[in-house]
Amino acid sequence: MHMADALVVPAVAGTMYLASSAAAGVSVHKVKLENDPKKIPVMGVMGAFVFAAQMINFTIPGTGSSGHLCGGLLLTAILGPWAGFLAMIGVLLTQCLFFADGGLLALGCNIWNMAFYGCFVGGLLVWKPIMQTGASKQKILLASVLGSILTLQLGAFSVVLETSLSGITELPFGAFVMAMQPIHLAIGLVEGLITAAVLCFLYDARPELLWGLDRSRAAEGRLTAGKTLGILAALTALTAGVLSLFASGLPDGLEWAMEKTAGTSDLVSAGGAYDAAEKIQNSLSFLPDYAFRGSESPAGTTVSGLVGALIVGGLCLVTALVLKSRKKS
Amino acid sequence: MSRISGAIHEMQTIEESASRDQWVNRLHPLVKFLVTLFYLVCVVSCGRYDLPRVLGLALYPFVLFELTDLPLGQALCRLRLVLPLVCIVGIFNPLLDRRPGAELLGFTLTLGLLSMLTLMAKGILTVLASYLLVATTPVEGLCAAMRMVHIPRMIVVEFLLIWRYLSLFMNEVQKTTEAYRLRAPGQKGIAMKYWGSLMGSMLLRSIDRAGEVYEAMCLRGFTGDFPSGRFPGAGRRDLVYLAGFGAGILFLRLFPVLVLIGSIVAR
Repeated sequence: MHMADALVVPAVAGTMYLASSAAAGVSVHKVKLENDPKKIPVMGVMGAFVFAAQMINFTIPGTGSSGHLCGGLLLTAILGPWAGFLAMIGVLLTQCLFFADGGLLALGCNIWNMAFYGCFVGGLLVWKPIMQTGASKQKILLASVLGSILTLQLGAFSVVLETSLSGITELPFGAFVMAMQPIHLAIGLVEGLITAAVLCFLYDARPELLWGLDRSRAAEGRLTAGKTLGILAALTALTAGVLSLFASGLPDGLEWAMEKTAGTSDLVSAGGAYDAAEKIQNSLSFLPDYAFRGSESPAGTTVSGLVGALIVGGLCLVTALVLKSRKKS
Repeated sequence: MSRISGAIHEMQTIEESASRDQWVNRLHPLVKFLVTLFYLVCVVSCGRYDLPRVLGLALYPFVLFELTDLPLGQALCRLRLVLPLVCIVGIFNPLLDRRPGAELLGFTLTLGLLSMLTLMAKGILTVLASYLLVATTPVEGLCAAMRMVHIPRMIVVEFLLIWRYLSLFMNEVQKTTEAYRLRAPGQKGIAMKYWGSLMGSMLLRSIDRAGEVYEAMCLRGFTGDFPSGRFPGAGRRDLVYLAGFGAGILFLRLFPVLVLIGSIVAR
């Protein structure tokens, strides 16, 4: 997600430098107020560690690909958001100057897109509120995954916004967003899991090193597997049942590309095999085009979302049970 | 060569280049920093279809590469990290903007193609300019320049510490992953069940090391800053460089040199 200099015009680069400098100024002030002289070396060493650790590839099970940890959230979970932000600036500066990963002029954008969201949004809006009522491994997992997904989504959106405002691409804003956000959703999930694994290890070994933990309420804050599943189920129901009503009616990235190249997003196909497949699909699909058959009611969208979520959940459960029974045998 | 050993090699090469005893290396770091920044602004401020002007600005890095004997191939290798995103952003331009833009050797170049080529050229030139800065300036010099433009001391000290300890951690990461790879041959990365313990134990060692580093720094009289007295004020040679290269870059930005040369040749 590192932006190159070529992707921004001086006005956008300057504005982002100003915004990032303001955040850096406040962070320097806050770290000075902490009056902990040991913090600067720790920030430097931790920054170097994060840089080096990001070179390790972790295998993502079942995909054949790999990912790395989310530096901003890890630094915040250990150093706090202010010192974590400054450490991330050091990491980004090193990457930009010595490894050409991101440009010198686009550094303001990169600090904002990765360090600001990672440390302040991930740290103050996700990590801290979740840990305030007591820490547990499940909560660390939840905070890491949520924090990574949210910060990466915001970062990817900012890349699109900054590039579009710079006017260097013909790609329409919507299509660009559709190209960037889904891939960063997957990356965020993986980075969150890796970060959670490291932080859970730290929580077991030296919990006093984690920032924002109220250790006196650790026991009462323990999140059980049932509670976690309940939260996830409620979030799924909310997304599938309510938020689906606000889904955009505009074509998705692939449809948009097809419309631009072929003039239509619907592929016309004829022949015996196609007709037979269409008949089978029509007889099987009980909620065609995410609605009740022959009805325009918005309730159809809600039901489609909920039924879809239930089917996917059921399939995942069956797959997990099959895999578990195979492992036992 | 693995990704980590590649990065270690890159760091060593840059440090070796920066510590060479050449006239460019002896220039005041702030002067080189300002010239690079000015060049970057000039490149990225060119219009989206202004390919001739951007190509004209290529004169600055190529003159410096010639004068400094730095390996151009190594600098171009650094493009592998930034070029993918630049390509993703620019690759759609020829498809979406098919209006005719210019004629070249009887072929019509569309505006989309022009904007894509301009974007790529900008990407390459900005990476080359940044490489020239770091390959001719030691890290202490860069830190001194940063302090002179009032970047907070805390950030500069921390940047210096990251650079100093980076090779140490890279070596440690390389040893750890190499040990893992030997025990688990054929695996692409670290398996999921070892994610936490492998990284976590390295993290704990790093935190303990940070404490030792701090104590060692205190014993050597660390008071929150590193001395940067090796770089006093800018001399006459520095000012000549600043004025000469600054004026040259400004000229290339204001006048499309390649178009001017082309029109003279055509006559």
